Amino acid sequence: MNLHEGAANLLEVRGLTKIFGSLKACDSIDLGIARGEIHALLGENGAGKSTLVKMLFGSLEPHSGEILWNGQPVRITSPGIAKKLGIGMVFQHFSLFEALTAAENIALSLNDGAPIGTIAAKARALSYSYGLPLDPDALVGDLSVGERQRIEIIRCLLQTPNLIILDEPTSVLTPQEADKLFETLERLRSEGKSILYISHRLEEVKRMCDRATVLRHGKVVGHCNPREETASSLARMMVGSEVRAVERPPAEGMDQAESLLEIVNLNRKPATPFSIPLRNINLSVRAGEVVGIAGVAGNGQGEFFEAVSGEVLQQDKASVRIRGRQVGGLDITGRRLLGAAFVPEERLGHGAAPRMKLSENLLLSRHATDGRAFVGTAGMIDGKAIYSAAQRIIEVMDVRKSAPDPEAASLSGGNLQKFIVGRELDRKPSVMIVNQPTWGVDAGAAAHIRQALIELARNGSAVLVISQDLDELFEISDSIAVMHNGELSARIPIAGATYEKIGLLMGGAEPGHAAAVNAAETAEVA
Amino acid sequence: MMRIELVKRPQRSALFSMLSPFIAFALTLIAGAIMFAMLGVNPAKALYAYFISPLTEVWQLHELAIKAAPLIMIAVGLSVCFRANIWNIGAEGQFTMGAIAGSLLPVLYPDLQGAYLLPLMLLMGMIGGAAYASVPALLKARFNTNEILTSLMLVYVSQLFLDWVVRGPWRDPMGYNFPQTVQFSSAARLPELLDSGRANLGFIFSIVAAVLVWLMMSRMLKGFEVRVLGSSPRAGRFAGFSIRRMAFFAFMLSGALAGLAGISEVSGAIGRLQPVISPGYGFAAIIVAFLGRLNPLGIIAAGLVLGLTYLGGEAAQSSLGVSDKLARVFQGMLLFFVLGCDTLIHYRIRFVGRKAPAPETVPVQEGAH
Repeated sequence: MNLHEGAANLLEVRGLTKIFGSLKACDSIDLGIARGEIHALLGENGAGKSTLVKMLFGSLEPHSGEILWNGQPVRITSPGIAKKLGIGMVFQHFSLFEALTAAENIALSLNDGAPIGTIAAKARALSYSYGLPLDPDALVGDLSVGERQRIEIIRCLLQTPNLIILDEPTSVLTPQEADKLFETLERLRSEGKSILYISHRLEEVKRMCDRATVLRHGKVVGHCNPREETASSLARMMVGSEVRAVERPPAEGMDQAESLLEIVNLNRKPATPFSIPLRNINLSVRAGEVVGIAGVAGNGQGEFFEAVSGEVLQQDKASVRIRGRQVGGLDITGRRLLGAAFVPEERLGHGAAPRMKLSENLLLSRHATDGRAFVGTAGMIDGKAIYSAAQRIIEVMDVRKSAPDPEAASLSGGNLQKFIVGRELDRKPSVMIVNQPTWGVDAGAAAHIRQALIELARNGSAVLVISQDLDELFEISDSIAVMHNGELSARIPIAGATYEKIGLLMGGAEPGHAAAVNAAETAEVA
Repeated sequence: MMRIELVKRPQRSALFSMLSPFIAFALTLIAGAIMFAMLGVNPAKALYAYFISPLTEVWQLHELAIKAAPLIMIAVGLSVCFRANIWNIGAEGQFTMGAIAGSLLPVLYPDLQGAYLLPLMLLMGMIGGAAYASVPALLKARFNTNEILTSLMLVYVSQLFLDWVVRGPWRDPMGYNFPQTVQFSSAARLPELLDSGRANLGFIFSIVAAVLVWLMMSRMLKGFEVRVLGSSPRAGRFAGFSIRRMAFFAFMLSGALAGLAGISEVSGAIGRLQPVISPGYGFAAIIVAFLGRLNPLGIIAAGLVLGLTYLGGEAAQSSLGVSDKLARVFQGMLLFFVLGCDTLIHYRIRFVGRKAPAPETVPVQEGAH
């Protein structure tokens, strides 16, 4: 590699454009990354961040514009070429084989025929020197999400890149793990490496990044020094308008309120070798309150949701109670008929059937609860009724779409999520359980959804929110419990909750104390 | 060496999805012409004899209705299975068992005459087909067996059972030892529709079945359940639908329709049970279902086309002196081209040469794309 001494920027992007159909995902983007800087790429979902990064890493080809590397124009037509140039990437969604060890996974991507032992030794040395200790012989399936991310980072560093692209790296980490990562990044910066840091968490960008480029609707709306901005001025640049803050009126008379959702000693054996067993989970959610469940991804939240929603039945009928009824043996339809509503984490393929229209997707979760309104005699679907109900939800939730009744898959993630949440809110459920309500949803829509959940609770429903986004949970919850390795901590009232406290629990401190504390609580109530 | 890859298209063309059966049919004709030429027969004459001449006389149209009726009836049931992502390949067996169950009364009690006889026979035929189809559904629900294998294997069981029945316990004692049952009494025969030919009520049944199933699939909650479970099973589970119950429903519905087709064929066109009662209707109906885009109304048209391949095969055998296996060849080509067209609607072909890897960096020209 020719290093042009004095060339200002390691990477320079000029007028880079990518068009999908009629949509300009990236519209003449200009961007420069200097040596030894941490450069933030900010933007809402759909702003074009991923498209830009994919072009830099060679997975997408730009329509026009140029990329300069060390001052030389280059064409990056594949990730292999990007790696050879010295561009490394750590993806948000890991690409690791769970049944292989860390070292084997690294060897697969290095593809240079070196013996596993050598690679393992190198990986171990590198990981300790960067303060990201890693056991190369551990099976990936046994590792936490944070540890898996380390493998990805080490794998990337082994290729001695000059530019490292990190896509939302802290979204799967506890606050403490994130701090560790920041130290590593600062160390890399001091070694003269450049980092392109993609995030929507403004606080960490302010804390770490030297410069920021903000994207909106595929265009660069500004370059700035994040240290000189406030979180709200950055948010304004990202969204283009003021984001309405979520209001959480105080919950009153909660002590006397009835428990609408109770989970008592819920256990579940792992369904597959890599799924998490649930152990002795206890929780109750009263009418009028929002309870949040925090936790790093993959600690049993999905298994918990399946058990509570009734997609998977329980042996112990009393382990889940909705409005006082024991529902462990009832399926999801039976639980819905008792007034419960559910929003799963995956939108396409779980919360909605991708190839079906929105009106049909309305029927998906409400064919039984609203049978009288939507299904006529002899099981005939009332097309007009579901169409007008779908339009009502679209209006209330401000769902943006291209056709009157489009297929679910044609909506952007955020808009589909608004529809799926709106579909359940429209029923005014007395118990609402939501997994990742605003994952991948833009700031404006996220605020809308969060406000709607709080209002539902204040109008007398019990709301349970499972989320990996701590900011979100602090914004909407009246108390927070933490799930770690299939166990749930006791509820911590929001007044006494701090990021540090929750973070420690997310990392596995004080495991297994939930049962004891909850038992004490119940005794108190009785 | 060159490698061929199928790359998923981001968007499937609505136009070509609609045109696909027609393109497939045209390709079948072209391939058929080539085959005739290789057999030393004038392709134009042969294709005329095969596809046109069987439609030139009224009695032949009746024969077409007779051939198409079971194909449509079975394919309509199979379309429900396939839309639900459940693979019932054993309709031929359900057809056979329906025919046997429906023949119980006219064979064992040949003196029954009342108006109740025929409806009862049809009902028993449907029950027989549905009961036989419930076996692979049960095995799938209980032991998670592959329904393709079990339903297919049960076809041979049913055919051997029919063979035994007509040679053994149900053989006509006055039938000079021919392996067949007694001739059904006139009260046990499906009435013919018109004086101009042999077409019977079975054809009406098949049209009614197609319209009813179309109504179910497009307008009713049950059809919605079928479509959701078939296209996204996880969303179906979230909706509270059960894949297990759906397997029973789809198998028993298609089994009942195949059974109805079976007893209609026996009490209509044939008039008695004999060792062979179907020229492979249950398998050809799989082609009909896909050629009709798994849409019951499309299946009516597709059933007529496939019915024509049977008639054409017979016609070509007598007028051109070619083998009657030709019908099977045409059916096979049709299925091949339908599936080929559908694949190309969803995927495009990419040829990957084993060239040296592209140069690492190629300077970009001004304004290059």
